[in-house]
Amino acid sequence: MIYREAGQFKTSYAGDQRVFPILQDRWCVAAAILFAYAIPLLANEYWLQAVLIPFLIFALAAIGLNLLTGYCGQVSLGTGGFMAVGGYMTYKITTNIPDINIIVVFLIAGLCAALVGLVFGLPSLRIKGFYLAVATLAAQFFIGWILNKVGWFYNYNASGTITAPPREMFGIVVTGPHASAEVRYLVALSLVIVFALVAKNLVRGKVGRAWMAIRDKDIAAEIIGIRPLQTKLLAFTISSFYCGVAGAMTVFLWLGSAETEAFDIFLSFNILFMVIIGGLGSILGSFLGAAFITLVPVFLTNAPLMIGLSMPIDMQKHIEVMLFGSLIIFFLIVEPNGLARLWQITKEKLRLWPFPY
Amino acid sequence: MLYNFLIAPFLDMAGSPVFFAEVVISGLLTGVMYSLVALGFVLIFKASGVFNFAQGVMVLFAALTLVGLMERGVPVWLALILTVAVMTALAFAIERIMLRHLVNQEGIILFMATIGLSYVLQGLGETLWGSNVKRLDVGIPNASFEIGGILLNEFDLFAAASGAVLVTVLAVFFHYTRIGRALRAVADDHQAALSVGIPLKHIWIIVWSVAGVVGLVAGIMWGAKSGVQFSLSLIALKALPVLILGGFTSVPGAIVGGLIIGVGEKVAEIYWGPLVGGAIETWFAYMLALAFLVFRPQGLFGERIIERV
Repeated sequence: MIYREAGQFKTSYAGDQRVFPILQDRWCVAAAILFAYAIPLLANEYWLQAVLIPFLIFALAAIGLNLLTGYCGQVSLGTGGFMAVGGYMTYKITTNIPDINIIVVFLIAGLCAALVGLVFGLPSLRIKGFYLAVATLAAQFFIGWILNKVGWFYNYNASGTITAPPREMFGIVVTGPHASAEVRYLVALSLVIVFALVAKNLVRGKVGRAWMAIRDKDIAAEIIGIRPLQTKLLAFTISSFYCGVAGAMTVFLWLGSAETEAFDIFLSFNILFMVIIGGLGSILGSFLGAAFITLVPVFLTNAPLMIGLSMPIDMQKHIEVMLFGSLIIFFLIVEPNGLARLWQITKEKLRLWPFPY
Repeated sequence: MLYNFLIAPFLDMAGSPVFFAEVVISGLLTGVMYSLVALGFVLIFKASGVFNFAQGVMVLFAALTLVGLMERGVPVWLALILTVAVMTALAFAIERIMLRHLVNQEGIILFMATIGLSYVLQGLGETLWGSNVKRLDVGIPNASFEIGGILLNEFDLFAAASGAVLVTVLAVFFHYTRIGRALRAVADDHQAALSVGIPLKHIWIIVWSVAGVVGLVAGIMWGAKSGVQFSLSLIALKALPVLILGGFTSVPGAIVGGLIIGVGEKVAEIYWGPLVGGAIETWFAYMLALAFLVFRPQGLFGERIIERV
């Protein structure tokens, strides 16, 4: 980077263990957060609704999955299912007890998702690798099925759709059809910032180190005194909690109404893509990956219009799918360790620039 | 409640054994179809360690190509040969463009790359041949008849027979030909195979082509049964539980796994499905496979997982 850590001396243990040890990093993060809060002044409705809100939600889900897959090494394809639990439980709770603050409801729904994640995490002790990945698909399909079949979850309404009711916070409508995109964006942003910082903190401490030990070699980790059962289950629980909150946000802050199809297996794949393209084992990577996967389709949809090319709509859809796939393969070939690694390399290069020798 | 779940279904089975036999047989025949898809996964996983999610789309792509050629007036036999040629060319391209650059990457990266590949193939196939549902008719007989009071369908039997032929041919190919021996060597140990002079790149092309041909057979069967369309690629999701149940590395495992899943699914759907509101076939296979895995983490016939520090 243009700046270095030279001259910044750590005089206390607390200072040595900070989340962002370098002063300039702290400034950058603070500036980024400030900028993110200022965005509603610049962006229009379309950008907030179609790009920024989904970006934040996917980033949160990607952080959750990254904790599990990137840090603890357990590949999960059940993300969509856990998100669905979050969305449906929020709906159930807030329609039956409307007085609870909607943010608190999000958290409770997250806890429900965490509980479900705990149950589906149990086989991870015996099943490993791809066997586990396929086994987590059981969670994906089973949750989707049960949320569809049991009317209790959507209050027995005829369509089986859950719709976000209007809920207020401090006198401002936060969810429902009349909530403005700006407000929903700000709520989502605040939640994501808090959870990202919590995650960053988590992976730096004892829990995160235990996860990484399990990821690198679970038998070796067991020998040095890390309990695999508790550690893996904790990863599943926390990861599903994040996904659950992200699912609640999907329904209440983004889509407004949803069915279980909104949380299908392709959502799980997409979130896994974000984690891998962003970088396994990196919180920053989750954001970068989420930005990539959200922006590329928007770009691909609008690119033919920009260069004045017109073609039949279904043809365009197919070509979009094709390009999306090739871009993913391209990125995996160019940098299998993800965008976060690319960023790190850039920083190291810039540190020596312009005299690399 | 408990009586309904635990006893009544079995009484039903005992009550009408002919119907039960019919259910089991139709389950077995569906199972063969699952096995055909799972077989493609196993071949590629064994030879190159790639968990190829794109197998389902390869099935779709092969079927689409075949139908597309036939719609343009190409006779069946020529269309078949051309489709095999296309699948081989595809294998060549995949090795050149994708696999070669991803050697020695972690399994998950390769897995994600094949998901990307499945998007590409799906887009390509539908751009070339269109996305509306197509009927595939290669002249497989499709009449029902009865043996001992059990209703059977010629088409299902044909599918089962061609599955059996395919597996036999593959077994012979793997055991008695030079290339087959090389393939088994690679499956056993990449490094050792390389050091005795087996060219890995060629092997990969061959394996992907064989998987493509297996995909074509599966595509013909499924396509003739339910039409060639996008949803055909989703049978990959049906093949995954078969795969983990039988073990990723075992050809017999794919067959036996397919049969178990096929029968289990049919029986559960008919006898227990109504009790819980039906449509359980989306997840039942996974739960069944999960139950097996808890006792045998490497699947029924998978290689024993030996872990060292």
